Amino acid sequence: MNYVDDKKVIELELKANDIRQSIIEMLVSAGSGHSAGPLGMADVFTALYFHLLKHDPKNPALVDRDFVVLSNGHICPVQYATLAHAGYFPVEELKTLRKFGSRLQGHPHRTKLPGIETSSGPLGSGIAQAVGMAIALRMDKKTNFVYGLVSDGEQDCGIAWEAAMLAGREQLWNLIAIMDRNNIQIDGFTEDIMPLEPLRAKYEAFGWHVIDVDGHNMAEIVNAVEEAKAIYEKPKMIIAHTIPGKGVDFMERRFEWHGNPPGKGPIDKVPADRQAEEALRELRTLNGKIRSEHE
Amino acid sequence: MIFKNAQLHEDSLDIAKLEQKPTRAGFGEGLVEAGDKDPSIVALCADLTESTMILPFKKKYPARFVEIGVAEQNMAGVASGMSAIGKLPVISSYAMFSPGRNWEQIRTTICYNEQPVIIVGSHAGVSVGPDGATHQAVEDMAIMRVLPNMTVVSPCDMVEAKKAILAAAVLRKPLYLRLHREKSPIFTTLATPFEIGKAEIFFDSDASACDVAIIATGPLVHNALLAAGELEKLGKKVRVINCHTIKPLDEKTILDAARMARHIVTVEEHQVAGGLGSAVAELVAREYPVPIEFVGVQNRFGESGDKNELIEYFGMGVSHIVSAAQKVMNRSNQ
Repeated sequence: MNYVDDKKVIELELKANDIRQSIIEMLVSAGSGHSAGPLGMADVFTALYFHLLKHDPKNPALVDRDFVVLSNGHICPVQYATLAHAGYFPVEELKTLRKFGSRLQGHPHRTKLPGIETSSGPLGSGIAQAVGMAIALRMDKKTNFVYGLVSDGEQDCGIAWEAAMLAGREQLWNLIAIMDRNNIQIDGFTEDIMPLEPLRAKYEAFGWHVIDVDGHNMAEIVNAVEEAKAIYEKPKMIIAHTIPGKGVDFMERRFEWHGNPPGKGPIDKVPADRQAEEALRELRTLNGKIRSEHE
Repeated sequence: MIFKNAQLHEDSLDIAKLEQKPTRAGFGEGLVEAGDKDPSIVALCADLTESTMILPFKKKYPARFVEIGVAEQNMAGVASGMSAIGKLPVISSYAMFSPGRNWEQIRTTICYNEQPVIIVGSHAGVSVGPDGATHQAVEDMAIMRVLPNMTVVSPCDMVEAKKAILAAAVLRKPLYLRLHREKSPIFTTLATPFEIGKAEIFFDSDASACDVAIIATGPLVHNALLAAGELEKLGKKVRVINCHTIKPLDEKTILDAARMARHIVTVEEHQVAGGLGSAVAELVAREYPVPIEFVGVQNRFGESGDKNELIEYFGMGVSHIVSAAQKVMNRSNQ
């Protein structure tokens, strides 16, 4: 079923590209940080904050809001850029990323920045917190949804599966997890480091409803979340198949770009001093064209 | 003599006349009372509902109880999430596993995140007994004490443990509550003052003079009282302080004692590194350096045995406290 029209899709795609540009600019300004994950999740974050979530950037504490828990805190540049473009704080502030005195800590801190629901970075714990939120909301008979944003690499962590078991037993209909399935982690490709597949079968065995989507196709992302909202009596796992570094050709699909900013990544394709400029140039030419089915 | 204002049991120095119950029992009673008063209190347990005394709460409030299974890391994270929605979660396991196994989740998702969660570590110390070293947490206060935003409370008997959980429920901050499995003498009363962060004088030979101050925490406070009685018979003037809150430390009460006694003995069922003794030493070294002797576990793992055997074997008996006091009084202050 299609829950979103082409006009909206194009609007979201353009917004995602603005967010990608902000990610590149803030990473260059910071001189450190992660490139691949944030660029890969720009479409999912855009779909959430500009279409799917119940939230109010001018009132981040809105009682009826949906809760977004970012577990893999290292991709926070995409969350910061999305929150800024959504109006939680000035876009100009993105340049302070990782700098002394900034509200934009290297990994997100709940009490520093509006819109951040939890401090995160140490992997695996976010989904446990999302499960706790979902249980507490259900105790209070609330209908808010909890979105647990997780990575594939952190499926190595035992706590991720402890939380998955509990969510399955509790049949948490109000929990929607979205996994950034980009196949990379710091030391290499996930299936080389610690094989994760079959992820769908694993989560199904734990009592979850699993939906696979192209993580760069806005319509698919929106439709999957709407489907997830409509399914009761199970927690939902949307496996978003993404391309790490999406939008910048010389970064795409390369684990070497997991933890580096433009200017400090591999130099086999583009020299360090031209990486920032080249990344922004590529993004401009892609304006509104990131749609995987066109590839 | 027993300090009058402490309002201890009238036979507090006569162990034969004192009723004995474990501190965890006081917690179990107090949690139900706290739950009656505050509907936001929820309880989580890692497959140890009966022995951690969460069971009465679970029976009375089943909808406010979450069984987590043997997954202490998840328990801490889930509790943080529930706290974010406005609950006050009380998480419970053996101290060896929580906070022993889930320290990073407690640090990041509870303390750094500033989410109020009460972490209840039961079966602390070597007095757990026959289970042996794997189940004898003697490092828990150290790893909790170093965390910013954390409060650490170690009650001395069952009555105080009940007061502690009730006070913790009102405080609504990240808090570690240390409990013990085995029965221990109930020597405080309902009238004994208790305030988190405020140490209490339990024994004071002379309000204006003192030879040695014994600063103790947990059920070993009772051994400290017995030791003080013996030292008094030897002509020494002694002050015993029940330091139930390891963090934040009651600096005034401890420094007043340091200035008057100029010799300190610390007593805890915990490694001497990192716990009460270290906290007192850090304060005294900074503000008013005096010699200190540390009664506690001396950089060793526990053993199987019964409670009293082990307390003696690891050097935390009454005679050991008396010896430590005599030793510290013989050390020069200069």
